[in-house]
Amino acid sequence: MTQSLKFIVFFLTPLIVTLTTPSQATSAEYITLASTTSTRDTGLLSSILPIFTKGSGIRVRVVAVGTGQAIKIAKNGDADVLLVHDKKSEHSFVSDGYGVKRYDVMHNDFVVVGPVKDPAAIAGMKDVVKAFGKIAHNKSIFLSRGDDSGTNKKEYSLWHAGGIDTTKASGDWYRETGSGMGATLNMASAMNGYSLADRGTWLAFKNRKKLKILLEGDTRLLNPYGVILVNPKRHPHVKAAAGKKLIDWLISKEGQSAISAFKISGEQLFKGSLKQKLTLTR
Amino acid sequence: MNVFFDAISLLISADNDLLMIVGLSLWVSLVAVLVATLIGMPLGAATALYKFPGRKVLVVILNALMGLPPVVVGLLVYMLLSRSGPFGVLGLLFSPTAMIIAQTILVIPIIAALSRQIIDDLWVEYAEQLISLGASPTRRMMTLLWDGRFSLLTAVLAGFGRATAEVGAVMIVGGNIDHATRVMTTSITLEVSRGNLALALGLGIVLITLSLSINAAAFLVKEAAENRQV
Repeated sequence: MTQSLKFIVFFLTPLIVTLTTPSQATSAEYITLASTTSTRDTGLLSSILPIFTKGSGIRVRVVAVGTGQAIKIAKNGDADVLLVHDKKSEHSFVSDGYGVKRYDVMHNDFVVVGPVKDPAAIAGMKDVVKAFGKIAHNKSIFLSRGDDSGTNKKEYSLWHAGGIDTTKASGDWYRETGSGMGATLNMASAMNGYSLADRGTWLAFKNRKKLKILLEGDTRLLNPYGVILVNPKRHPHVKAAAGKKLIDWLISKEGQSAISAFKISGEQLFKGSLKQKLTLTR
Repeated sequence: MNVFFDAISLLISADNDLLMIVGLSLWVSLVAVLVATLIGMPLGAATALYKFPGRKVLVVILNALMGLPPVVVGLLVYMLLSRSGPFGVLGLLFSPTAMIIAQTILVIPIIAALSRQIIDDLWVEYAEQLISLGASPTRRMMTLLWDGRFSLLTAVLAGFGRATAEVGAVMIVGGNIDHATRVMTTSITLEVSRGNLALALGLGIVLITLSLSINAAAFLVKEAAENRQV
């Protein structure tokens, strides 16, 4: 019988030890925010959300993925609030009954980055569609997100506006990474290619090597973010009251100034949208 | 070098955030390995000792499942736990529990397949003796599990290695939420996407150091126990 005893001790002690160790899960009230990598990778959310938590006592758990995936997460009811940047799909999210209402919350802009050598000679151009045309004509390497994100959708619309069909060039000069903004920028800097990036992620990005901003300021590069409460009528478990509080705070004076005050090396990354006309950073 | 300096200063500074990430990594992986051991080890031993139809097929399947792609397991668990999925009411998605479930599924085949091999080999050695003693099948299983415990520890460590190193599944079902589901591997992915390659590598060195320490500790325990036996 001592053997059985030994057996039990050997195999069950770890179980008892593990189960009696306190779990790290916190019991405080929290909501889940589905958002885009740009809001997290820049550090914006970790800078402003603690202010909201301090005032409201509500913790915000951020799941940061591409806009397309964030919307899917919200549609499945796996998040309480959605903060993304693709106006068209945000509006259909609301009109299809998945969301309650969309609020403008902030904006920044996209920039075209590329190698300092600039083989397609787009530096300083003002028209982004023409610049994309030159990249395509020159068959210069272009790194696309290829992940259905807000940035990816914006990029598609720019190719489309110039009548360029990138599907034929896929795998050739047009390379779809299927990854987040940062990963795509890492590849662009390794391959000396062009890419479209949101200014926030670009400013916060640390592995630029020979990349720099080549084109900015075209009004078509404006990047507005919207915030939407997931519809509790469709998903009754949604923490509607707490989610509403977050939205109210984001569009309040305090929230808006917190967004505008967020800077990286002295540069403002996002502008609050409330009572401000949508303007380009420069 | 810069990277090693980063890693060392990370370890020395050991700020609360890092400690929490390391703690959650260990917690999730340990619980997953524990549950997987409780399921996988008897499963492996039974596959080795009992004769039943389809046994060989099960052996092949267990061996093949050792290479389960984490992303696929992650996706499967995601779909099951999503609010729109069959277990949605539990509200487990994006929680450490979801990560434990995914890792348990990944680790069970590793522990089961390796245990089966170990018990199979031991059986060759013990068969005559156990049969002549008239030991019941359950008794045989317990004897072999006990006598093979040090070799079986290797199976558990292999499972633990898989759990701590894995990123695809925990990223999908955990969501890499700061202070809730962020573990070592997902924070490394995050730092890479921020272009903080040095910090990412630093975190990688911390992870490797941890896993080295755990394996060294297991080795020492095993040595000490074996010496005592002799």
